[in-house]
Amino acid sequence: MTRITLSRALNEGLRRALEADEKVMIMGEDVGRLGGVFRVTDGLQKDFGEHRVVDTPLAESGIIGTAIGLALRGYRPVCEIQFDGFVYPATDQIVSQLAKMRSRSRGRVALPVVIRIPFGGGIGAVEHHSESPEIFFAHTAGLRVVACADPADAFAMIQLAIAGEDPVIFFEPKRRYWDKAEVDLTAPPSDALPLDKARVVQPGDDVTLLSYGPLVRTCLEAAIAAREDGKSIEVIDLRSLSPLDMETITASVARTGRCVVTHEAPVYGGLGGEIAARVTEQCFYHLEAPVLRVGGFAVPYPPARTEDHYLPDLDRILDAVDRTFTY
Amino acid sequence: MAIPPYGHHEKEWHLTAETIQLLTPEGERVDHPEYPLDGADVRGMYRDMVLVRRIDSEAIALQRQGELGLWASLLGQEAAQIGSARALSPKDMAFPSYREHGVAWCRGLDPLRLLEMFRGVTHGAWDPEEHKFHLYTIVIGDQTLHATGYAMGIQRDGGEDEAVIAYFGDGATSQGDVSEAFAWASVFNAPLVFFCQNNQFAISAPPERQSRAPIYQRAAGFGFPGIRVDGNDVLACYAVTRQALRAVREGEGPVLIEAYTYRMGAHTTTDDATRYRLASELEAWRLRDPIERVRSYLARTGEADGAFFEQVAAEADELAVKLRAECLALPDPPPLALFDHVYAGHHAVLDAERAQYAAYLAGFEEKGAGR
Repeated sequence: MTRITLSRALNEGLRRALEADEKVMIMGEDVGRLGGVFRVTDGLQKDFGEHRVVDTPLAESGIIGTAIGLALRGYRPVCEIQFDGFVYPATDQIVSQLAKMRSRSRGRVALPVVIRIPFGGGIGAVEHHSESPEIFFAHTAGLRVVACADPADAFAMIQLAIAGEDPVIFFEPKRRYWDKAEVDLTAPPSDALPLDKARVVQPGDDVTLLSYGPLVRTCLEAAIAAREDGKSIEVIDLRSLSPLDMETITASVARTGRCVVTHEAPVYGGLGGEIAARVTEQCFYHLEAPVLRVGGFAVPYPPARTEDHYLPDLDRILDAVDRTFTY
Repeated sequence: MAIPPYGHHEKEWHLTAETIQLLTPEGERVDHPEYPLDGADVRGMYRDMVLVRRIDSEAIALQRQGELGLWASLLGQEAAQIGSARALSPKDMAFPSYREHGVAWCRGLDPLRLLEMFRGVTHGAWDPEEHKFHLYTIVIGDQTLHATGYAMGIQRDGGEDEAVIAYFGDGATSQGDVSEAFAWASVFNAPLVFFCQNNQFAISAPPERQSRAPIYQRAAGFGFPGIRVDGNDVLACYAVTRQALRAVREGEGPVLIEAYTYRMGAHTTTDDATRYRLASELEAWRLRDPIERVRSYLARTGEADGAFFEQVAAEADELAVKLRAECLALPDPPPLALFDHVYAGHHAVLDAERAQYAAYLAGFEEKGAGR
């Protein structure tokens, strides 16, 4: 076991993917010589060469569009979109081309392209550097959408995403890049939890608390705080946002009878609503309270000095947990 | 500041000095020192053009009779498509837009695959690698980036005898993706020919609404050569494309070819071109018909006789009859097929929806059986 940051864990996962398959490529803005603005690709161009770790022109649609062409040629590009708010110029290529190609070719064309996106706020950034656009992609058939939350899982998940045959939008919790944890760098990805499964990160009995990405750590902190209050929270890291692992979710809610979903993305039209609807359909007679959602407000992501009010935090999550006991 | 006028105006015949032409509208051969015509199968290209025009007219008829949902006619662009596509080697990869029926023909794709798509049976669904012809791309300009990435893959594979050609139109040159493709192909020196069919229309909008500079001149700003060719001259399209492919295969980087042609039909079968163009303009372009000039040339030089022309015409009619019968016989896909091939493996949400919908449909069958 090695104690490393989440950023480094991703770096190690990418390195193993590059070693495992010579068709794997990394491409994006500043991913080569600089090693990426978050250093996730640090050292990879030096070790694997400019043709496999490509510093691209500054054009997001170009990154995804050419990655599609490379995938048509048999390559497995791993693209980095530098920040969440910069993915929109590539949306046409992702939604209209990448997501649909397998279906429109009736399975004759596979596009194993992974798009890594650092997402979420909490780093005091300027505009367009703190967004949570995951629902746009979760809503798009043909894509798999995942979010990693801690170093060990990030190390496995990035390798699983690259090895798969479907396009994957891979969200990385940027404010957790420097979180450290023990990672077994010898563990083969085949031993890891499959990419489309959620995992219980903290067992509990009274409330099921669902999240993904940066807020998983916040939920774990909430579970500790609630314990002092006599409430036992089960925390589930969804990992996969498309598809949702409803089996794991409903197994938990059927036991606890209460469910809170939290994400940084706006509540309105967000993944929490989809989960609430499905939990209500599938766990109706087990529920002690309506499924509650804690998330961003229906406003553009605010300036950094007010982002603490926008982002769900320990207190807002616990407030929702408390409210599930008032019905 | 005056805004440039926009509306009905007759287009000029921009056959400027730099436009490459090897066969005049009257069918006279013009020699060009840089573009020799050795190896050109003129009779073959005549046959190709006649056949694809016949496929096109049959498809329009099928649409009018309700058998196709839509058709995008290639009428008038046969030379640009056949000339460029016949210049490709079997290993070259073509990325079409959605009107490249002539290119599809040259790549050996059964025209029925095109009818399937416009009938609504598939979204295309041929195997791109089998024909070295990618699926039709309807979002304007997207395929130019795919072509660029594919060409970058060829570079990585060391494929020295392979090149890529990307087809797009004058309207597409306004799309950001096309400019991005120009930039990428240029900085990576990708083995790629950009083949722009300037057919004078983006549905109703003229090229003047897309670009103040002639399209072929845009390449200069990206650092690679641009050439304008008479797009209604199949010999020039063939010779110029062949030359460009040779250059890109030898590592000279991308080339832009602007084939200056004219969309003689409407944008698609849902369009009414009389709302935005004058009949006199269409008549003027009929005199520059891409097929007629080759016929004149072949007849004048004695390379083909009446029997040849009759045989090609008969072949075209037979092809149309066959295609019509096959189109009418196309079965609708079974309803549950819509769930297939979305993902490589299982997707829990989709799997559940498929199961639910199958059960829902089965419920009707049970009720029906009880009657």
